[in-house]
Amino acid sequence: LEPFVLRSWWGGVQMGPPDPILGVTEAFKRDTNPKKMNLGVGAYRDDKGKPFVLSCVRKAEALIAAKQLDKEYLPIGGLGDFTKACAQLALGANNEVLSSGRNITVQTISGTGSLRIGANFLSRFHGGSRDVYLPKPSWGNHTPIFRDAGMQLKAYRYYDPSTCGFDFRGALEDISKIPEQSVILLHACAHNPTGVDPKQEQWKEISDIVKKRNLLVFFDMAYQGFASGDIDRDAWAVRYFIEQGHNILLSQSFAKNMGLYGERVGGFTVVCKDIEESKRVESQLKILIRPIYSNPPMNGARIATTILNTPELRLLWLEEVHGMANRIIKMREQLVAGLKKSGSSHNWQHVIDQIGMFCFTGLKPEQVERLTKEFSVYMTKDGRISMAGISSGNVGYLAEGIHAVTK
Amino acid sequence: MALLKSNKVISCLGNISPSLGVLSTRNSSWWGGVQMGPPDPILGVTEAFKRDTNPKKMNLGVGAYRDDKGKPFVLSCVRKAEALIAAKQLDKEYLPIGGLGDFTKACAQLALGANNEVLSSGRNITVQTISGTGSLRIGANFLSRFHGGSRDVYLPKPSWGNHTPIFRDAGMQLKAYRYYDPSTCGFDFRGALEDISKIPEQSVILLHACAHNPTGVDPKQEQWKEISDIVKKRNLLVFFDMAYQGFASGDIDRDAWAVRYFIEQGHNILLSQSFAKNMGLYGERVGGFTVVCKDIEESKRVESQLKILIRPIYSNPPMNGARIATTILNTPELRLLWLEEVHGMANRIIKMREQLVAGLKKSGSSHNWQHVIDQIGMFCFTGLKPEQVERLTKEFSVYMTKDGRISMAGISSGNVGYLAEGIHAVTK
Repeated sequence: LEPFVLRSWWGGVQMGPPDPILGVTEAFKRDTNPKKMNLGVGAYRDDKGKPFVLSCVRKAEALIAAKQLDKEYLPIGGLGDFTKACAQLALGANNEVLSSGRNITVQTISGTGSLRIGANFLSRFHGGSRDVYLPKPSWGNHTPIFRDAGMQLKAYRYYDPSTCGFDFRGALEDISKIPEQSVILLHACAHNPTGVDPKQEQWKEISDIVKKRNLLVFFDMAYQGFASGDIDRDAWAVRYFIEQGHNILLSQSFAKNMGLYGERVGGFTVVCKDIEESKRVESQLKILIRPIYSNPPMNGARIATTILNTPELRLLWLEEVHGMANRIIKMREQLVAGLKKSGSSHNWQHVIDQIGMFCFTGLKPEQVERLTKEFSVYMTKDGRISMAGISSGNVGYLAEGIHAVTK
Repeated sequence: MALLKSNKVISCLGNISPSLGVLSTRNSSWWGGVQMGPPDPILGVTEAFKRDTNPKKMNLGVGAYRDDKGKPFVLSCVRKAEALIAAKQLDKEYLPIGGLGDFTKACAQLALGANNEVLSSGRNITVQTISGTGSLRIGANFLSRFHGGSRDVYLPKPSWGNHTPIFRDAGMQLKAYRYYDPSTCGFDFRGALEDISKIPEQSVILLHACAHNPTGVDPKQEQWKEISDIVKKRNLLVFFDMAYQGFASGDIDRDAWAVRYFIEQGHNILLSQSFAKNMGLYGERVGGFTVVCKDIEESKRVESQLKILIRPIYSNPPMNGARIATTILNTPELRLLWLEEVHGMANRIIKMREQLVAGLKKSGSSHNWQHVIDQIGMFCFTGLKPEQVERLTKEFSVYMTKDGRISMAGISSGNVGYLAEGIHAVTK
């Protein structure tokens, strides 16, 4: 037996695989090419490639600092004014759900924290099924979130690589076969990683088939406002499903649409049958949350609340979110124009049709590798690029590079 | 067919048999089987306190520091740090999964001492966490996934209420070792050693580094040494919970003595730290979790797995509180100011203990209240029985948890006399 001081508890702990997306940034940092581009980053950048802190956020911070508030613990479910404003933003201030009080909304640690609370809640209280159906593909972190919470992952067809668009027929076929009471996760807008969203008429059919199959709907809305530039338009599917009678679970994030990334601001909502049920669900959410982190961080929630509830800041925010979405849309248009100008004969319409932060270029792994090696353009192997990493200064270079590896 | 299209009938059918065609699901319920959960015992105390109209009421349930006017206290060093940070107009980009690098470094240094061999050899991995609770939970999850040696976590009896669900929800089993001696309101040293000597090898033992919650009873240094020996003999995995460094004695190095001693003795510990109390950063949620490994190579493997564990819980931790704590720890004049202010908070608590005992003697109490002075930190286990606690609440509007625990922070020079009278009245 080894001397006590040399013993090891963790001899059996293997080195885990590096995070795929962080690996991209690591390699990018090491590259010395002055024309290098990091298109892996899932955070908005301005047209100079710099992180962007919204003016409404700075103004809100100044207002908050002036109040010299204390730092007492928030309640387990978070800042009351925040959860109220958060639910109103998603559902619309006049939503019947809010006036009847049949939702419970808790403040969470951004979108990930919200999804995990939801996953844990399902694992503990959803007797109907262990299965969560994700679109194929989905955000990489969805899988370990639900799996670590004790759920099983399954999938439904979503992305059609032959069109770089929505596989509507495939989705309906697969959803129509999902066993009753399974959980189905839907991206409310700006699907990550593909940028491919269903049209409103398609959402209606999805709602019908989900209702027929009696599935529990879990919406992940990480990009409200950021997708089309219009917060109500981006929340359309969520509100439609609720109108249609789905008592949904909903995760919201303010990381992208308010640029509050590292402040970790999010919400988790359960739309219940009535207010009585929402009280029972609330009590159990608190019992679940308390042994994970006790209560959520205050700073980001105070900022978000100040913005949402101060009329001139809310207006400013809506403008700035619109501005961010517009810059992305412009980059899409400029990239396609640049590809045409470079002489590409491929159909790049999907770059314009896709929506939100990300674009599934359709590039194959070997093409991605060439783009990285020969042009120092970094992206994930699935061909996903973050439009945020593109600026008017480098979109031409990117177009040339993509054309070079695809002609 | 018209009948089947009637919403009312459809919703009835929907409740009975969900698979019958297209139904209005508006009235159906996924959560019919979800029971109303019991209210949090401590929050229940505050709720009742709020409803009470007695102007002399006292809330001694609250686990947050109050100044001598009973007000929440934001430290000056915190306000100054915030001003420095605001002036820099920093961005809000995601922190790494393991948190702010400067924070985790300063956090580990604070606990272990800047010259600790563990730090120079790089054999610790320290991640930023969501205060103490978040730290304990990450540790519990890590144990559940990677500690093959045992499912059992041994808590002192009693321990902080939230320890149990933290470890249980992470998949561990809870056991206990004797700790508090109600007959002395002190440490049951013999009982603790006896119980620890029987713990199966490789089990996890949780130790409160200082200012035990809820009793305020800490082992003396000589007792810690014996505990270290028996824990070593039994080959137990030590998990220290240090939520009150600096807040217990007023001296950060003194409060970290047990943690540092155990490391010196060769225990490769797990350690949870919180800055909620000692920096008053409660709602900012600032904490750290450390694994002291065999060597730097092991720490890298452990780090990689901690990140894989953390990413699907919350991706990366909140930045604001960590920036404040780091600014304080790394800016010399702010660090000095902080040490003064932490000393001040601890001193006010100690003074309240002395004044309470003096008040009890003055009221004419013949009981031995020495334990109120001997106990340390935010809380005091008065020794009051449940029926005495009930009388104190009903007749004097003094609110505390049923186990007789009072938060010294809720006492001020203005109301300590009233409290002494009340306690005397229910115990004479």
